[in-house]
Amino acid sequence: MAILEVKNIEKHFGKTEVLKNISFSLEKGEVLAIIGSSGSGKTTLLRCLNFLEIASSGSIEVNGETVFGKDIKLTDNIMRKNRLHFGMVFQNFNLFPQYTAFENITLAPKLALKNGAETAKKSVEEIEKFGEELLKTVGLFDKRDFYPCQLSGGQQQRVAIARALAMQPDILCFDEPTSALDPELTGEVLRVIKELKGSDRTMIVVTHEMNFARGVADKVIFMADGVVEEIGTPEEVFSNPKSEKTKAFLAKSLENI
Amino acid sequence: MNTFFEYFPTVFQALNEGFLQTLKIFIVTLLGALPLGLIISFGSMSKFKPLFAVTKTFVWIIRGTPLMLQLLIIYYGPGIILQENVWGQGETGRFIATIVAFIINYSCYFSEIYRGGIQGVPHGQQEAGQVLGLSKSQIFFKITLLQMIKRIVPPMSNEIITLVKDTSLARIIAFQEVIWAGEAFLKASNGVPSAIWPLFFTGIYYLLFSGILTILFGLIEKKLSYFRS
Repeated sequence: MAILEVKNIEKHFGKTEVLKNISFSLEKGEVLAIIGSSGSGKTTLLRCLNFLEIASSGSIEVNGETVFGKDIKLTDNIMRKNRLHFGMVFQNFNLFPQYTAFENITLAPKLALKNGAETAKKSVEEIEKFGEELLKTVGLFDKRDFYPCQLSGGQQQRVAIARALAMQPDILCFDEPTSALDPELTGEVLRVIKELKGSDRTMIVVTHEMNFARGVADKVIFMADGVVEEIGTPEEVFSNPKSEKTKAFLAKSLENI
Repeated sequence: MNTFFEYFPTVFQALNEGFLQTLKIFIVTLLGALPLGLIISFGSMSKFKPLFAVTKTFVWIIRGTPLMLQLLIIYYGPGIILQENVWGQGETGRFIATIVAFIINYSCYFSEIYRGGIQGVPHGQQEAGQVLGLSKSQIFFKITLLQMIKRIVPPMSNEIITLVKDTSLARIIAFQEVIWAGEAFLKASNGVPSAIWPLFFTGIYYLLFSGILTILFGLIEKKLSYFRS
């Protein structure tokens, strides 16, 4: 059974249609790269999965459970619970500036524990131990007590990845995770994402890094004007694109290199 | 020179009494205007158009006219319109009218500072809290509040130091604050020029008080300087 099943998602902002009939599915452990030019709807799609935007219609299933659809009444509580299936790493990191790296990672799990949420870890010690493990995973254990303003952009983004992992989401989403970084810092972030793939994580990465999409993804979606223009393995999409729009986009992207 | 040392204890005592009244205006205004300003700031950020329009107009009128004029209108206005003294007799009445005018005036200025602080926190902070499953109140208290406070401390300290000096405007309705107390010696002197020094001396009170506040706000800023937002 697919871990994620997205069916016929539509999204309008007023009269503007941003997403048109988006459907795809993802198996556990798969990495999906979403590529396409700015304004094609990639980020909006990701935001719909995380409930930062509410899709206008369609349905989203995680592990067979419908988390969004016309029969689901999205109260604040249900939304809070359902969005935890997804983790989110933002383009601008959005770390909490007044907390250290370690506190950024452990804040949400501790609050969940306090609220008695069922997904929560069982004790503060367990949360802190897991937090330290995550810092090691992203290679920043020595920066445990640093504040975000004391970290480089690449380090901040790695903390943000650890923070998203701390809530143990089924699917981890990345919204252009390297777009706000200096070129020499993108490598360390992409390396961390690549390593996560090795640990059997299901991930969706919206990216402009074509080499990364080609090298790491199991599945690639090319979006244009709010529709899935092309979907397939990296070989199919990059080496043998069927759609004219995909061909034009790839030609332009490669031109820049 | 002899007369200076002779009069000093009398003057000092009178000015101290006046300054106590100045302090009273200062403290009561802060106690009223700090929370009221927050409420007004919510009005000026409201998506409900009529509330938004009313609040914005009110803030415009209050910020767009002199506090001295507002003080006069609030003190004398009701008496002229209702033919009745709503503020009560004597010094108490003048005090109540003064703080009503000051609280209204300062809450409008504070509301704009709060609005800047609230809207200045990047929206991404809230979204980051949301995707981690935090509730609205957790997001406010655990994430945005401290960032807001950090943003409003510098403009707030500026405004509060202005308030220290604005308290002297209460003199216009004869409230007996420190300027009034200093001036009283001049009035009683029958035109002896040297009798003006108690009025000048009041400046020391303002300087010391605003100096203490400056140090205090400096400490708060330093305390919050461990992070950048």
